[in-house]
Order: sequence, then structure tokens, then C-alpha cells
Amino acid sequence: MAQGSTLPAAAASGTRREASALPEIVKDAALFALVTFGLSIPIVAIRTDLGQGTGLYLTTRWGLVAALCGAVFVLRLIQRLVMLRVGQSRLAAQEKQAASGLAAPVGRLAASLGPLTLGLALGLPFIAVIGGGGLSEGRYWIDLGILILTYVMLGWGLNIVVGLAGLLDLGYVAFYAVGAYTYALCSTVFGLSFWVCLPVAGLFAAAFGVLLGFPVLRLRGDYLAIVTLAFGEIIRLVLINWVDFSGGAAGISSIPRASFFGIPFTAGEGGFASTFGLDFNPMHRVVFLYYLILALALITNLVTLRMRRLPLGRAWEALREDEIACTSLGIDTTMTKLTAFALGAMFAGFAGSFFAVRQGFVSPESFNFLESAIILAIVVLGGMGSQIGVAIAAIVMVGAPELLRNLGFLRAVFGEGFDPNEYRLLLFGLAMVAMMVWRPRGLISDREPSIRLGKAAR
Amino acid sequence: MSVAGINVLVEETRAAQARAATPLLSVRGVSTFYGSIQALKGVDLDVNEGEIVALIGANGAGKSTLMMTIFGSPQARQGSITYAGRDITKMPTHEIARLNLAQSPEGRRIFPRMTVRENLQMGAAVNGGRHFAEDLEKVCTLFPRLKERIDQRGGTMSGGEQQMLAIARALMSRPRLLLLDEPSLGLAPLVVKQIFNAVRELNRTDGLTVFIVEQNAYHALKLAHRGYVMVTGTITMSGTGKALLDDPQVKAAYLEGGQH
Repeated sequence: MAQGSTLPAAAASGTRREASALPEIVKDAALFALVTFGLSIPIVAIRTDLGQGTGLYLTTRWGLVAALCGAVFVLRLIQRLVMLRVGQSRLAAQEKQAASGLAAPVGRLAASLGPLTLGLALGLPFIAVIGGGGLSEGRYWIDLGILILTYVMLGWGLNIVVGLAGLLDLGYVAFYAVGAYTYALCSTVFGLSFWVCLPVAGLFAAAFGVLLGFPVLRLRGDYLAIVTLAFGEIIRLVLINWVDFSGGAAGISSIPRASFFGIPFTAGEGGFASTFGLDFNPMHRVVFLYYLILALALITNLVTLRMRRLPLGRAWEALREDEIACTSLGIDTTMTKLTAFALGAMFAGFAGSFFAVRQGFVSPESFNFLESAIILAIVVLGGMGSQIGVAIAAIVMVGAPELLRNLGFLRAVFGEGFDPNEYRLLLFGLAMVAMMVWRPRGLISDREPSIRLGKAAR
Repeated sequence: MSVAGINVLVEETRAAQARAATPLLSVRGVSTFYGSIQALKGVDLDVNEGEIVALIGANGAGKSTLMMTIFGSPQARQGSITYAGRDITKMPTHEIARLNLAQSPEGRRIFPRMTVRENLQMGAAVNGGRHFAEDLEKVCTLFPRLKERIDQRGGTMSGGEQQMLAIARALMSRPRLLLLDEPSLGLAPLVVKQIFNAVRELNRTDGLTVFIVEQNAYHALKLAHRGYVMVTGTITMSGTGKALLDDPQVKAAYLEGGQH
């Protein structure tokens, strides 16, 4: 298909001279438009509507097809021309970078991106409240922030397993589920508070990580991926079918809400608002949840950053690079993999119990394979092992679909029946293809060394 | 290092050689199989303390298999391997690596995305990085190129530099016995010379025992005190490096065509 031909073309374009390449570029863009045309005939050109009685009504949409082909042609033209220029300057930059052997521009950008993102994350509720003109009006943005941060945390957790240790885990959501159900069951059955359940959920998920890890970690690559995928499904199926234990497909509802370290978010006497002399507002809880998940995510990040500087973290990365070399250097690969698995699972457990306390309801449907796939996509798109890359990827992957909701004005262009949300997966796919072409190793693919000359010299 | 220091080390080396009544590494009747295919057919081989021993042979003779069998992957099906008085035949690889026995594996196998320093830190992982700064200084003196590239990613270096890194990484664990698997593979003659000189230096000054597997018979035998010749999984000849170099059969099989 179309993306197959972009790769060699893109690689070659940087080296060619602009003038001589122009006819070739136009031809290439035309070819793209042609492929788009071919693809759009079965997909876009004919629209089927259910009629009043039986039968389908066919409506042709050649205008739309023409618009698509034109758009692809122009975009490809621009892409090739831009890449031609970028390719030249990048070559020069790469030579410089190779000579100095130090941080790439991307690395420097990432370094300044970190504090910026952190500042934005810390200030988001205030921005939302001021921008929205009141606590309740800012709720949409704070909720979105919570959602994104949950995925950032999951991404960072999985990053330990996939990004650092290089173990392809397709069933990560299983540990998320274990965490969520641990809190749901501990609180509804035993009446334990969130703050007791949180570490328990983490430990429980880690225990499951070890349990799964022990038999399967001698497997490599694809085989490990299949087994972890199966494990994720097993957990989900157990939760669906073991009705006495987990409530089955109906899930567990009315899970107790989080309290402010023991002070509940209620309107009455002894509640959060009256204790701190504030007017009661249900948004207090939402803002608290926001900062809770932010804190949890930052803990995940700090632990990962710290681990990378310790021998164990370095062993994870070495394991990703070359397992045989690791054993010949005296590293017990099984133990090293197990710790990565357990630690990653633990953070998923934390995130899971946060999920349960936020929703107040858990059901197996929240933990299907698509969740695992999204988390994995966040890690891979972010650049395996890069913390800030994962955060950005989470914002894009989770936040971008939300943006689609706000594109209603496009109806004026595409007609009344146009719903931007339906194009979510299409855009998702386009983004993936674009990533493969431009940044095949992820957004931030530069691995930051865990130690540098300046630091070591101290 | 001062002249006096070197002299002391030379004395120590001689003393160690004198002590070596039993060999440091002894391979007895080892047979290794890949599935049903027998790669090694009852190999006997000794490496004494303070020696450089070379194993030469053609492609597919089983040289690397012997090296890997000593390191426990694959494990020998028959026979025994003893290192410093301990039977290591059935020991897992990572435990063998903790016995002051270091390996620079075939194809170098450095960590490409990690910097030179991080690679060396991995080499020092066995002893918990206790003498890291000291040992880093030492390998950087041995291979000054590594010092220049200390914060560069391993994968961006040339083949020769990567080989130096692989040897340096193995040295970081302060081994008593160093196993080198084809250190000259794919390297320019000048770089091969540098690397072999470094190995000779290590043996002379530190008394490091070296077992080297090589296709480059000329260089290996010139370097080694003793050598073994392997043909299709069995040792066919052994002797001092010089004797093997002068042997007409060895000359005909491995030295004609001018490796030197």
C-alpha cells in the first residue's frame, strides 16, 4: 500500500538535488494521489444508507474523493519538498553531532520540554478554573488531565518493562486490572481505606508480575509477547466468569471514594470543605484526584530515573541491548527481568487502584486488549525508554481524540452527516504511518546516557 | 606504572607460574552437541596460570563452541571443565562469570546504545563497581582511544574500537583468566596488532592468563606461549606457539596465503 513506497523514497530524497528531483517528486505525488483514488473507491466513493423499507440506497461522493486525492497530492508534494531541504541540513547537523558525540538538538529540546510539561501539569487546574471562569466550568479540562495522566503513569510503568528491559509485554493491562480489583474488593468487602489499599494493590500487582514472569521470562521477543497477551486475556476472562468473586461482567459498583487523607469530600460537618473553611464544591474531589494521579505519575517517573542510575537499572538496559553479553558479564538475566516485570506491574497496580477510586466502578470491559495496545503504542511512539517522549505521546494519543470532538465546524465543509469522531482510528493510523516514516524509533529516540563526564568528574 | 612496579609484577607472575602445578583451566574429554549434531568430540585442553594459550582452526572447527562450552552455554554433554579447582561444567553462565573468569565474546557484543562508560560499568557489575575509577583509569591507559570516546555510544564506534571496548569491559571484572573469542575478526591489520600488543602487555605486566580463540593463526601463535589446533571438533595438535608456527602441517593448513 501507500506507506510501503514512502520509505525508500523518503530515504533517497535527502541526497538528491532539488532541481533534478522536481519532476520525480511531482510524479511521486501523482502516484500517491492515484493510490488514494484507488483506495477511496471502495471506502469513500459510495455511501450506503438504509432506506425506509428494505434495501440500501447508494449515494456517490465523487467530490469528496476528488478532494481527498487533491489533498494527498498537495500534502505529498509539500512533504517531499520539505524533506529535501530538511534532509540537506540534517545531514550537516548529523555530521556535527557525530563529531562532538554529545546531545542532539532533540535531546536539548527534550530537556527544556520536561520542566515545561511539568509546570503545565502542576498549573492545569488553575488554568482550567481561570480559563473556564469557575471551578465547575473547568471540570472538563481537569477530567481530561486526569485521564491523560493515568495513561502517562501507565506508559511510564510499561516503559520500565518494554522501554528499559526490552521485554515486549502485550498484557500490561492485566496488572492494571489487578490493581483496580484489589482496591474495589478490599474496600467493598473489608472496608479498607484507599490509602491502605494503594500499597496493597501495588504489591499484589507486583506479585502477579512475578507469578507470570517466572515461567515465561525464558521466552524471548515474539513468544513472550504472545504469552503476555494471553495472560492479559486470562485475567479479563477470569474476572468476567468468576461471578462470586468479581461480580462478573456487571463489575463492582459503589466503590468508596477517595478521602483527603481520612477527611471525606462531603458537604456536611467533618467534611473536607468545612474542615478547611471552604464552601462545599464537588470539584474539590476532582482537583484532589488530579493532584493524586499527578503525584503517582511523578513517583513512577522519579523511581524510573533513579533506577536507571543504579546497577539494576543499567542491567535492564543492557539486557535490552544484548542478553548474551549480559550473562557473560555475570548478570542473572532471570532475576533482572523479574524485577523489571514486578516493578512495572506494581505501578500498573497503583494506577489501577487510582482508576477504581476515581470511577467508583470497575468492570472487566475497562481492561480489554485495546487498553494494552494503547499503552504500548504510547511507549513505542514516545520512543522506547524516553520519559518525556512517553508523556508527550500520552498527551497526543489520549488528548487528540478529544480534540476531534471540537471539530464540529468541519460539517460546513463535509456536509451535515460528518462526525469527526468516526475518523479517530483513521487519523490514528495516519499518525502511526507518519511516525514510521519520520521517527521510526519514536518521538524522542535519543537515549539519554545515565551518566556523563561532568557528573562523574565531581 | 614505574619500572619497579613492573618488576614486582613480573616477579609475581613468575611466582604464580611456579605455583601452577595444576592448570588454572582444564578441559577433559568435553563433548558438546547442538541437538543431535556433535560439535566437540572429546576435547582435552589445559591453560596454566600466567600463560597465553591460543586455539586455532578453520571456520566451523568448533573453536567458538569450546569457548562457549567453557562459559556454560551450551553445556557440555560429556566430560568436565575445571576452573581454579572448581567443577564448572554444569554451572549457569552468569555464575561462571562471577568466578574471576571474563569473556570477550565472538562478535564483540558491546551494548550499542549505551556509552563507553556505561559499557564498562556493566563489566564491573560483577564486583559491584568497587574499584571502578581505578580500573577505568587502567583500561584507558591500555586503550587510550576509549578515553577519548568515553561518553560516546558504543554502537557509533569503529570495529577496532568496539573490540577494544569488549576487551576492556571484560577486564573491568578483574579477571584471573580472560577468554578472547576471535578478537581480530574483521579488523584492519594495524588494529589487530594494537589489540594483540595490549593483550601481551596485560599478560606481561599483570600476569593475566589468556585463552584466545583465533582464525588469524599467525598472530595468535606469535602471541601465545602454547597453542592448540582444532579440526572438526577434536584437538589434532598442540605445542609451544613457536613450534606450531614452524610446523609444516600448520604452515600448509593455516599460514599459507599470507595472513602476515
